[in-house]
Amino acid sequence: MNKSLIKLEISAFTENISISRVVAAAFVAPLDPTVEEVTEIKTAVSEAVTNAIIHGYARQGYAEHRGHASEATHALESENSENNEAGDNDFVQIIFSAENRVVTIEVRDSGVGIENIESAREPLFTTKPELERSGMGFSVMESFMDSVEISSLPGEGTSVVLTKKINGAQQ
Amino acid sequence: MTKQADLKLNVHGRVLVAAPSGELDHYKAERLRAQIDSTFEKSSCRHILLDMGGVSFMDSSGIGMIIGRYKKTELSGGRIVIANMSEPISRLFDVSGLSKIVSRAESAGMAMHMLGGSFDE
Repeated sequence: MNKSLIKLEISAFTENISISRVVAAAFVAPLDPTVEEVTEIKTAVSEAVTNAIIHGYARQGYAEHRGHASEATHALESENSENNEAGDNDFVQIIFSAENRVVTIEVRDSGVGIENIESAREPLFTTKPELERSGMGFSVMESFMDSVEISSLPGEGTSVVLTKKINGAQQ
Repeated sequence: MTKQADLKLNVHGRVLVAAPSGELDHYKAERLRAQIDSTFEKSSCRHILLDMGGVSFMDSSGIGMIIGRYKKTELSGGRIVIANMSEPISRLFDVSGLSKIVSRAESAGMAMHMLGGSFDE
């Protein structure tokens, strides 16, 4: 049994993305990483979990209820207007493990899946321009981590495996 | 839940100064853009000065939010200048190619100068 293994499960709401970052930072802390390494890991995890929630489970926050920016004030008043239709059993699983200073983080969802992984990896590609997504999620993951593996089955879900060697301050 | 405390908005003449704080992820970016746009549209502002000094974390959701505001100011014949970017946010700017289209400044004062405005207005 792997001693350094943590499984975190969060319900698919955008306000929970921050929790995945907090756990990521706490998980790597014993490896004595540099501040830069912690930021890179937090950012990559944030990207993968955001994708799972807003693409996998199509939960987009209140934007879809907003219509137009001038209605923003109204939307802000109803803070709980997040789309609940996606079902209450939608979870994102984040599995942290470490071996010989190599951290592996798998972000898994049981959402719609990705039709074309190659397109999804391309910089600036987004299926949700209306949400002002930059399409840079996978590019950021790739530049901040050592490797990013994506596997997906349409209708079944997606798994993103991020790995990174923590060199720490000594080297 | 704080709704307004994580974003300071001030109008100085033609410049809307937006100073978000905390962690800028998808959840937060959605709320910021709604508040910034609402104030921008109600005012006679042409430019946006985005002061990132209080932002402790940002992912590509923030990039999307900034590109959106860049387009908005362009439509009104204005510009957006980003001030006080931390090192990690600067890196994200470079990775995403945003540094090629959006101007940045060392300080809010310099950003205001670049926009031809003044904090005294």
